[in-house]
Amino acid sequence: MQILDRRLNPRGRSLPNRQRFLRRAKALVQEAVREASAKRDIRGADAGGEISIPLHGIREPSFHLGQGGVRDHVLPGNKEYRAGDEIPRPPGGEGGGGSEGSPDGSGEDSFRFVLSREEFLDLFLDDLELPDLAKRRLVEGADPGWQRAGYQVSGSPANLALARTMRNSLSRRIALRRPKPEQVETLREEIARLEAEGDDPERLARLRLELEQALRRTQRVPWIDPIDVRYRRFEPMPRPVAQAVMFCLMDVSGSMTEDMKDLAKRFYTLLYIFLQRRYKHVEIVFIRHTHEASEVDEETFFHSRETGGTLVSTALEEMRRVVADRYPPAEWNIYAAQASDGDNAAGDSQKTARLLTDVILPVCQYYAYIEVGRESEHGMPGFPRGPTDLWRTYEQLVAAGAPMAMKKVRHRREIFPVFRELFAKRAQGEEAHA
Amino acid sequence: MSLDCPGDRLLYQGAEWDFGTLRAIHDACEEVALGELGLEIYPNRIEVISAEQMLDAYASTGLPLFYRHWSFGKHFAHHEAMYRKGLRGLAYEIVINSDPCLSYVMEENTATMQALVIAHAAFGHNHFFRNNRLFRDWTDARGILDYLEFARAYVAQCEERHGEAAVERLLDSAHALMSHGVHRQLRRRAPDLRREKDRERERRQHDERMYNVLWSTLPQKKAATPERGTDERRRALLQLPQENILYFLEKTAPRLEPWQRECLRIVRNIAQYFHPQRQTKMMNEGCATYVHHRILRRLHEQGRISDGAWLEIIHSHSNVILQPEFDDARYGGINPYALGFAMMQDIERICREPTEEDRAWFPDIAGSGDPMPVLREAWAEYRDESFILQFLSPHLMRKLRLFHVVDDSAEPVMRVEAIHDEVGYRALRRALARQYDPAWLDADIQVVDVDLDGDRRLVLEHRVSAGRLLEEGEARQVLRHLASLWGYDVLLQEVDPATGAVLKQHAVSPPRL
Repeated sequence: MQILDRRLNPRGRSLPNRQRFLRRAKALVQEAVREASAKRDIRGADAGGEISIPLHGIREPSFHLGQGGVRDHVLPGNKEYRAGDEIPRPPGGEGGGGSEGSPDGSGEDSFRFVLSREEFLDLFLDDLELPDLAKRRLVEGADPGWQRAGYQVSGSPANLALARTMRNSLSRRIALRRPKPEQVETLREEIARLEAEGDDPERLARLRLELEQALRRTQRVPWIDPIDVRYRRFEPMPRPVAQAVMFCLMDVSGSMTEDMKDLAKRFYTLLYIFLQRRYKHVEIVFIRHTHEASEVDEETFFHSRETGGTLVSTALEEMRRVVADRYPPAEWNIYAAQASDGDNAAGDSQKTARLLTDVILPVCQYYAYIEVGRESEHGMPGFPRGPTDLWRTYEQLVAAGAPMAMKKVRHRREIFPVFRELFAKRAQGEEAHA
Repeated sequence: MSLDCPGDRLLYQGAEWDFGTLRAIHDACEEVALGELGLEIYPNRIEVISAEQMLDAYASTGLPLFYRHWSFGKHFAHHEAMYRKGLRGLAYEIVINSDPCLSYVMEENTATMQALVIAHAAFGHNHFFRNNRLFRDWTDARGILDYLEFARAYVAQCEERHGEAAVERLLDSAHALMSHGVHRQLRRRAPDLRREKDRERERRQHDERMYNVLWSTLPQKKAATPERGTDERRRALLQLPQENILYFLEKTAPRLEPWQRECLRIVRNIAQYFHPQRQTKMMNEGCATYVHHRILRRLHEQGRISDGAWLEIIHSHSNVILQPEFDDARYGGINPYALGFAMMQDIERICREPTEEDRAWFPDIAGSGDPMPVLREAWAEYRDESFILQFLSPHLMRKLRLFHVVDDSAEPVMRVEAIHDEVGYRALRRALARQYDPAWLDADIQVVDVDLDGDRRLVLEHRVSAGRLLEEGEARQVLRHLASLWGYDVLLQEVDPATGAVLKQHAVSPPRL
């Protein structure tokens, strides 16, 4: 009989199989992730979690008998039946309290499993067709800083604190009166001299005894004892607290369709993930506007419908109010992202431009404007759709050197290029700070 | 120092255990199992694993090492999700039919659970694996671990040489046919050349004995059915009809490369290795449950297991053998642990305290005293179906209140065919036994012909029993896999064996690449 401990075997033996499975079901999983991320809060976008994919796509078929024909059931727990009794067939076709139906009804047509945070994020970003480099930067996040923090008694040899170890060793040796090597050497020389002279046997015997004791003591008290050994200790260093607030501004008037909102949501999500990697604490403020603007929660922001005209400046006013109220620019990094289909009431453009240049842009780290449109929108042949009111307004600002990014987005793959500008900007900004 | 203090005889106290405890438990169990029950086992190897490793093992059908395939990843993901949500606990052990017999026990188990698991797996299942005829005839316990290692390495090597996609396609197809990749009858003996010579001589002697000059005076019929002759010959050469589809493909599929044949062979061998388990599930679990119950009861009587631990054992034991009634929400078919254990206890009762009825039904064993020889014989020589046919007693049928319902889709209602009464016992027993008969449960599908002169179409036949046709959607998917392996068209006919009438046909062409 043998008993073996396998607990220390390398973990993750099934990882290759899992990767194969995910690759195999990639289209389905991606679809599920897309759905899941549309349903989730922006804040929960990168949390991983359970998803469910249709079973038929990953079925392993085999020959088996279908419904129909003559079937036998032998069942336990007869109460009242006698031979020859007739029993109405239970609905669902499966006879006699059949064993195949799953009680919760979920097992049959969908397959549920759990994705880790990395897997989920990877699929989410993959769906946005991000370049690999950018993806890696988002997924990996920053390494935590490590700081020296005293000593510890265990650790890896590389972290051996030699000076501290030797100091402990020395004090222990002194405390336990370990003879120094020089002392022993002197004794030896003395004995050798006396032996050569041979005129003081009494002193010689005493010295020999002393030497013997010294040697014994040397042996008993080691040069370095395990209790002397110290290792350098490190602590994960909390990174400097940095907080950011992200303003999501969106036009929710009737002309914004669900698809457009979904595109906008993806943009906000990506921005949120990105900010989260850079700041310890990120808050989100949702401001929606028609001809008037208000701060709302996420659910209302994305899902409720409003009617009315479109006045972009109201949203900027509202943002100014919130900033003044709660987010002093000295303490917060302010990011703003605006999504709209580009409509704005005639006459509001001037006000909008003024608000932006005078109030909003100076306090913002970054201001992004995405103009969403339908994927199938081509405009009439021969009548190319001209730039929208808002686009024209902002274009002038950018031309004048305002720090903002703007982009037209018709498909989710076009979202990322906006971020490329963001990256570029940050790199410049950091250089400027340095 | 009081030596007779009851605590001194205890194998362990509390829930904690270490490797010394495991060894002590194993040795104590061994004493009872070999001495008292007369079991005969492979040497044991007990491996302690973590929950994650248990999930790993689940995913690859309980095997300790296996080739890589996405379907195992799928199963892992599924089990993991269930486990995390707390919908399903993990098995306390997994045991592998190998020599030495591998049992995995989980580190989370309490000492009592470890005792239960060791008695159950390392003695109960182990004895069954070693002695049951199906396992002895069909599986190679000594070779399985090496073979799995070979399979893993071989498939990995194929992936390197031919690409993961090609191997995955092949394995997908092979897995789809896995249920029809086993020999159900005893395999042919390897041809023995010395006997071959004897046979040839026998044939000649037979011809000489039968020679009669009168036969040559009969008018010769002119080439009566040359067609038929070649048909017969072709089928004989291809060893048709053939029920083992994977075997047939491995040997005769015209467009497979050698590595593909070898992979089919691996899948087929694994399927064959598991085939006895399907046929003996109920007996195997019953045997293990009966054995752990006997062993632990004896250890408790000897004072080597404390009363508290004994209660824990009874609790787990009765969970395992719970049989909900058919109208209970928890009902999910007949629990193999429950039926197996109940039948074996019933045999014990018949041997020890038979009633008049038992004497009439089981004259050979009623009142024979010690049940162990009867049980050992049953464990060695029977499978689920024959075990029920032989040993299910009226007493037990009454106790379980079994009844037999026939559900004929041609009738508007289902009918109770037999219940646990004097007229029903035999019919009930036959019906229950049939539910454990793979020949009744699985579709009987055979390769019957190949159109060698024409388009090389492969013809299969499903001999339909009791009007139960194949589930069409899945059948077509499997046939597509089959066609891609065969390389040409495939036709499956569902035939009524009584009339020979074709009830349904499925024709599939291989995917064009």
